Amino acid sequence: MVRHIIPNNLNEALNFLNEGPFHIMAGGTDLMIQKRSTAGTPPKFAKDVLYIANLAELNYIKKDEAHRCIRIGAAAKLEDIYNHVDTPALLKDIIREIGSPGIRHSATLGGNIANASPAGDSLVALYLFDAEIVLLSVDGERIVPIKKFITGVRRIDLRSNELIKEIVIPIIPITAYKWYKVGGRRADSISKVSFAGVYLSNFGLVADIRFAFGSVSATVARSIELENSLKNRPIEQIIGDLPRILEEADKMISPIDDQRSNKIYRRKVAGNIMERFIKNIA
Amino acid sequence: MNSIKFNLNGQDVAVELNPSLRLLDVLRDHFHLTGTKEGCGEGECGACSVLINGRVVNSCCFPLANANGKKILTIEGLAATKRYQILKDAFHIEGGSQCGICTPGMIMAAESLLSMNPHPTDEEIRIGLSGNLCRCTGYNMIIKAVKTAAKLGEGLW
Repeated sequence: MVRHIIPNNLNEALNFLNEGPFHIMAGGTDLMIQKRSTAGTPPKFAKDVLYIANLAELNYIKKDEAHRCIRIGAAAKLEDIYNHVDTPALLKDIIREIGSPGIRHSATLGGNIANASPAGDSLVALYLFDAEIVLLSVDGERIVPIKKFITGVRRIDLRSNELIKEIVIPIIPITAYKWYKVGGRRADSISKVSFAGVYLSNFGLVADIRFAFGSVSATVARSIELENSLKNRPIEQIIGDLPRILEEADKMISPIDDQRSNKIYRRKVAGNIMERFIKNIA
Repeated sequence: MNSIKFNLNGQDVAVELNPSLRLLDVLRDHFHLTGTKEGCGEGECGACSVLINGRVVNSCCFPLANANGKKILTIEGLAATKRYQILKDAFHIEGGSQCGICTPGMIMAAESLLSMNPHPTDEEIRIGLSGNLCRCTGYNMIIKAVKTAAKLGEGLW
């Protein structure tokens, strides 16, 4: 018989976690379905469950001017993040296409990260912004960059006595951003291919450019090398370099065949999106 | 076993049940509130929509534990309100209900939308109801019904 712990505060949660291991349940929109059983019976959990959705200490979204970042508590709901004035516009666009209102009212950003799905849409933005994940245990805080935190398909670098405390998203200057989600339906769809790109241009020169693909690799695909090869160059020159960019972008991804799509389609669409992103830099 | 307390359709209740139970099952099996339906059971169809603190939520992927301290409204609770009468009339006028299985969920999603946005555009209604599937595919009538409700119920939301 597994235990179900509803802690009254964060300290209590950390003390319980220290005697882990636990499944950590936030909004439940992924975990409740992954573990679901027949109607009328409880989901099947192999470990004890710790419920953190109602911990007030983890439910916040705030701008940190001193460190030029947004801090989002692990239990903040997607809908609240979407509605917050300080949330980056790119992340808002992504959240608007995650699930549906009924999902976004309980799902959390912390949960989307911990779930570590190759098709986790919010992750694409977090990789682009070089977000950091703040982990907390009775031993204190540990800060891990998102690309190190997610170690593979549904694998994360979380110790059994830790929980995700907050997500730190640096605020970076950008001229424009683009988000593409290819799915079977506008709401409640799991991406076949997704793409996020941002750039900063100054007097025809591209000072910063970042782009990443979701759903076409085990984890979000981003190539710092390719991005660096485009920085500090005139826009026309970058657009002229399109054939090489597309060739390199194609090497970034390793799509698979599954129930949602197939690798040929995914590769083709990823290339088309990349081409459209580059051609529209202005 | 933890006691989980919440307000259900205006009444304070406490239950001692497995906290991992789906809120959907607790509502239907424990409280016999069967207006909340199970469709897909995985958060994609919205038949199980209820309001939690005024916002529409899929009760099929919402653990009972998370209901602690919350205000929960089901279609049965909403039925006692003037807003429900308006929504019901509007669905009737526009032919927004065919087989009926999605209707309670559609009404809850519409109530959630209208309470946050009393004068939604067609596009906003489509987004507001985007998590609710109608297998009779009567979407246009449902969208019109919500529009009509917003008009008939002017000032209620």
